[in-house]
Amino acid sequence: MENFQYILPEIFISISIMLFLLVGVFKKNSATLIYNLSNISLVILLALIINLSSLDTIYLFDNSYLIDNLSNYMKIILVGSGIFVMLTGSKYIQVINLNKIEYPILILSSILGMMIMISSNDLIVFYMGLELQSLALYVLASFNRDNLLSTESGLKYFVLSALSSGLLLYGCSLTYGFSETTNFDQILINSTEFNYGTTFGIVFILVGLAFKISAVPFHMWAPDVYQGSPTSVTLFFAILPKIAALSVFIKFLYTPFANMNDQWQTIIVFISIASMIFGAVAAIGQKNLKRLIAYSSISHMGYALAGLATVSNQGIQSSITYISIYLVMNLAFFSCLFMLKRNDKYYENIEDLSGLSKKHPILSFSLLIVLFSLAGIPPLAGFFAKFYVFLAVIEQSMYFLAIVGLLATVVAAFYYLRIIKIIYFDPEKEEYETSHNLGLKITLAISTIFILAYFIYPSGITEIVSKIIMI
Amino acid sequence: MNFPILSSLILLPSIGALFILFTKSSGGKYQSSKYVALFISLANFLLSLYLWYVFDKNSVDFQFVENREWLSGFINYKVGIDGISILFVILTTFITPICIISVNATIKSRLKDFLIAILIMETFMIGVFCSLDLIVFYLFFEAGLIPMFLIIGIWGGERRVYSAFKFFLYTLLGSVLMLVAIISIYWITGTTDVEKLYELGIRAEYQNLLWLAFFSSFAVKTPMWPVHTWLPDAHVEAPTVGSVLLAAILLKMAGYGFIRFSIGLFPIASENFTMLVYILSLIAIIYTSLVALMQEDMKKLIAYSSVAHMGFVTLGIFTMTQQGIEGSIFQMISHGLVSAALFLSVGVVYERHHTRLINKYGGLVSIMPRYAIVFMVFTLGALGLPGTTGFIGEFLILMGAFEKNILVAMIASLGVILGAAYMLWLFKRVVFGEIINQELKSMKDLKTFEIITLSALVIPILFFGFYPEPLMNSIEASVENTLNMYNFDLINSLASKD
Repeated sequence: MENFQYILPEIFISISIMLFLLVGVFKKNSATLIYNLSNISLVILLALIINLSSLDTIYLFDNSYLIDNLSNYMKIILVGSGIFVMLTGSKYIQVINLNKIEYPILILSSILGMMIMISSNDLIVFYMGLELQSLALYVLASFNRDNLLSTESGLKYFVLSALSSGLLLYGCSLTYGFSETTNFDQILINSTEFNYGTTFGIVFILVGLAFKISAVPFHMWAPDVYQGSPTSVTLFFAILPKIAALSVFIKFLYTPFANMNDQWQTIIVFISIASMIFGAVAAIGQKNLKRLIAYSSISHMGYALAGLATVSNQGIQSSITYISIYLVMNLAFFSCLFMLKRNDKYYENIEDLSGLSKKHPILSFSLLIVLFSLAGIPPLAGFFAKFYVFLAVIEQSMYFLAIVGLLATVVAAFYYLRIIKIIYFDPEKEEYETSHNLGLKITLAISTIFILAYFIYPSGITEIVSKIIMI
Repeated sequence: MNFPILSSLILLPSIGALFILFTKSSGGKYQSSKYVALFISLANFLLSLYLWYVFDKNSVDFQFVENREWLSGFINYKVGIDGISILFVILTTFITPICIISVNATIKSRLKDFLIAILIMETFMIGVFCSLDLIVFYLFFEAGLIPMFLIIGIWGGERRVYSAFKFFLYTLLGSVLMLVAIISIYWITGTTDVEKLYELGIRAEYQNLLWLAFFSSFAVKTPMWPVHTWLPDAHVEAPTVGSVLLAAILLKMAGYGFIRFSIGLFPIASENFTMLVYILSLIAIIYTSLVALMQEDMKKLIAYSSVAHMGFVTLGIFTMTQQGIEGSIFQMISHGLVSAALFLSVGVVYERHHTRLINKYGGLVSIMPRYAIVFMVFTLGALGLPGTTGFIGEFLILMGAFEKNILVAMIASLGVILGAAYMLWLFKRVVFGEIINQELKSMKDLKTFEIITLSALVIPILFFGFYPEPLMNSIEASVENTLNMYNFDLINSLASKD
């Protein structure tokens, strides 16, 4: 029984989900109430996780569940960004008539699934968490069911995700077959000798994970799903599953498959380079901001994976730093998107930003900061994210990866500059509404100031992350 | 020196920018924000003059050094200046108030934003010249792209978008390789502190590649042939003040970088690549001078002349002689003043007649006599007439070049003649001759603020032209030190080879 005190956050969130479901079913028109309650429960959840994070590494339930520095940090940024996602989207879902009780509950279930993924130390527990978060995400993607694009994106995500889950499971079964165990630590011990079975297992598992993190060549779902889903769900897609998937990536590569890094290193390098280049090139022609940010996130995942490819603690830490800064930039960007509202309609094309700077100087300035940061121009936070990754990459003398990555940032800079050009250089259009809810404003303010002022104390995240040591 | 004077210099303009952000417009004219900007930039100028006053000119060490922990213990925020960088700092703080005074003439919209952009730009520019850590240097070097991109893009001419993009992407492309090199240096030597790197030295086998990576960035920024093509576009489309900043200070970052980093950190590679730099510089001098001769747009002509002048600078630096390097630094300061003045002068007539085409002008001497006089001084400064700063720079560079390679020096000397040709021809076509265009007759002579800005530039051009001692004193010890280190490293590496 004493194990249960360590999974108090997970228990708490499960009970909340069930409770909110009951409330939603028996109380009429309780959507807004549940939305707010969910937000509060997320805050409590965050407090519970932080409370646990002072502990050392703890193995639970016959070594199948693991709480350590990595899982704690990832859960904290996961739940923290979950809170901000809920805060920014609250007005949006009311305006487009999606304020239903299922919405917050699905988000909570998905977060629960991700938490299980992050903490799992066993193939079966991992798969359970993965499917819990995916099932919630399928529904969320098609949540705006009267919208053709939204239903299409839900279906597309479901079909492709199911395919990748199948591959992942096949990989898991191969791994199990050749290492005779599902426990990560045991797999590590049993896989000291090279054999083709486990190598195939690694490849299939990596394919499945690459799909979840939307890395090239398993990225095809991302643009359509990003564009089709309601914007608040897109924001969710852009941040939370990425955190969970990256965390699982780290866990798989550095726990069960740590001995076989010469097998998977080339795969990760390839995925990373392909994502960086593809994300940068394919975004150039985009007209829809959500679609563009989908390609941009593909290329950002390429950089995050570049850190993992180094097989060094510095690299892992740089990837985690990268995703932390990435999520702040995305929060800021989407907050700006939520502000492009006129007469109860949200605008999401690049052309809609034309001449924004004349009527909305503060909003445009925030966008300017975010976009330059996404492009990785110093002294903004995005630069430091890339800097740490390349510091780790060059430490391992992987010059090819570093140079390709940096050249890809130049290509990527082009499309970010294009948006800035449209905001600042082009003739103005109609004004947008200026009254926004407080949560949105606060999120934008905090994230923009974070990006802008990051250079004053750039080692903040790094110092926290430096406790995470895998090798 | 406990007072962080350099950080104050760097931060003051940004604080001013923040202040302007919160000023209210009075009838949409933003006069108050202009005064704030002017006040801040003048205060910064005085502060830098004070810095020059207390600066010990005989010492070869970096002075006013500030060293703070910054990037989790392994990279420090380190700034400091020596005799070379102080001149560039003063040049920056001197040009900025001039830009702010002349803002009214050219900037019609969003004056407040423009002032903020200029002040932020000043922060980055001073930062570049003060930083003693490669990462800090890179940060300031790159950050300058953002305000300049906006200055060209928002307030520029017709093809501003194309020019702004070209400027940004060219420079970024050059710089990313430098970032790779900087990180590599960190892993090779364990530090990015410039002073420590001077002591430690970098192993010979790494130097060539690292030098090339730095070169790719500086060559774009200088700009050297064949990557100079962004400069004419950027100059032509940028507003007058933007061109002034670009020509007077941004281009100098690269020349400064060559002296501080390429020569200082990679002496062996610098020696290996000397011929490459000579050839590129000579092509820049001759080719762009010829191109400048054929220009019909005044700004484009001056832009190409900038490339040619910067060709002299790179040539002088890589002669590795005392005269050559001193001449290059002098030439950079001189070009900073002269090109700023020339762009302002073009701005004066553009403001009145709204065209930069040379053949639309002529005979201005009878309409605008005062303008004709100052423009003459600047023209003579640009072509290097004795008595102006331009002469001293070019003369010293050629002296240095003759010492090393007579052929190179002779070809470079041709550039001086070509320079005289295109500048005098420009002057003749614009100022002398008959007034063909009757519209010109309504043009008024210089206004008060134009007299202030232009005469503020005439004075140092003539003063230092006749009496270069103060500048020379300042750089002499540092240049000597740089050369001594350079020769010492070279001899060491030769000795270790044997």
